[in-house]
Amino acid sequence: MGKPFMVDVFDIYDKMERNNILLSFKGEITSDLLTSILQIMENKMENMQEEPKMKKKVYNVLVECLQNLYHHLDETAEGENSEKVRSAIFMIGKLETKYSIFTGNYILNENIHGLKTRLDEVNSLSKEELKEYYKKVLNNGEMSLKGGGGLGMIDIARKTGEKLEYNFLDIDNKVSFFTLNIKVSQQQ
Amino acid sequence: MDKYAIEGTPKTPSISFDLNGGVLEIKGRSIPENSIEFYKPLVDALDKYTSAAKPATTVNVQLEYFNTSSSKCILDVFKKLEGIHKGGSAVTINWHYEEDDEDMLEAGEDYQAIINVPFKMVMVAE
Repeated sequence: MGKPFMVDVFDIYDKMERNNILLSFKGEITSDLLTSILQIMENKMENMQEEPKMKKKVYNVLVECLQNLYHHLDETAEGENSEKVRSAIFMIGKLETKYSIFTGNYILNENIHGLKTRLDEVNSLSKEELKEYYKKVLNNGEMSLKGGGGLGMIDIARKTGEKLEYNFLDIDNKVSFFTLNIKVSQQQ
Repeated sequence: MDKYAIEGTPKTPSISFDLNGGVLEIKGRSIPENSIEFYKPLVDALDKYTSAAKPATTVNVQLEYFNTSSSKCILDVFKKLEGIHKGGSAVTINWHYEEDDEDMLEAGEDYQAIINVPFKMVMVAE
């Protein structure tokens, strides 16, 4: 019998399984939730006997990814559909020695250009240039109440040594869905 | 006030600032969502200390993790210390990092490049 809003739980499970997802969350991102996710991931990596160096990198990148979600959900939360818009998705997976962190959240269409410009700029820089850029933004950049004022993405790119993969999916004339995929692997 | 001290939490470091002894210690994790709020009392304590600084001021920073939101606040703390250093108190910042933590060493070197205060990179065996 067709139940249009019946969730196919197995389908979701199976997709996650095939993508080696260790942990996922969909919903409102709160401060307490971040604390819990970080603690769970720290324990998991401990149990998996992950190398200390890798553990630190993954933890650092997770903090930045999750806090980005936390701070930027507010911006799109006003007005109609605020419940839906405050919600985000987060997943972390591990394939062999490589971790992948995925985040997804709504973004106001008017903010896409600015974010895309920043991401492309970060992706265009070499390791050495990222270091200089980081110091410049750290020293001169405006600190916002909502975080490091753009340092997060630079820091992620610096620590992972990988390009930031992203996409903006058209939803309607107000919002789009922004997805980010960060890879963390042992360098050198 | 001759001492400013707070306990660490899973998201914030322990801070101990002995204004009479001229010793400031920051230890643990600094990953709060709102770093400005967390660091404000320390910045205020440093402002008070500026006018009554000891001949030497020792700063020990031993962080396991810090987020980019904290990195700005830590820079603000170091800028206060730079002012205190210029004012005549010999400030030394001991930046501790764990043996395998190159990211933390690099973070210390970033500050060293920005702040005009003697930095010592101190390796901690795990």
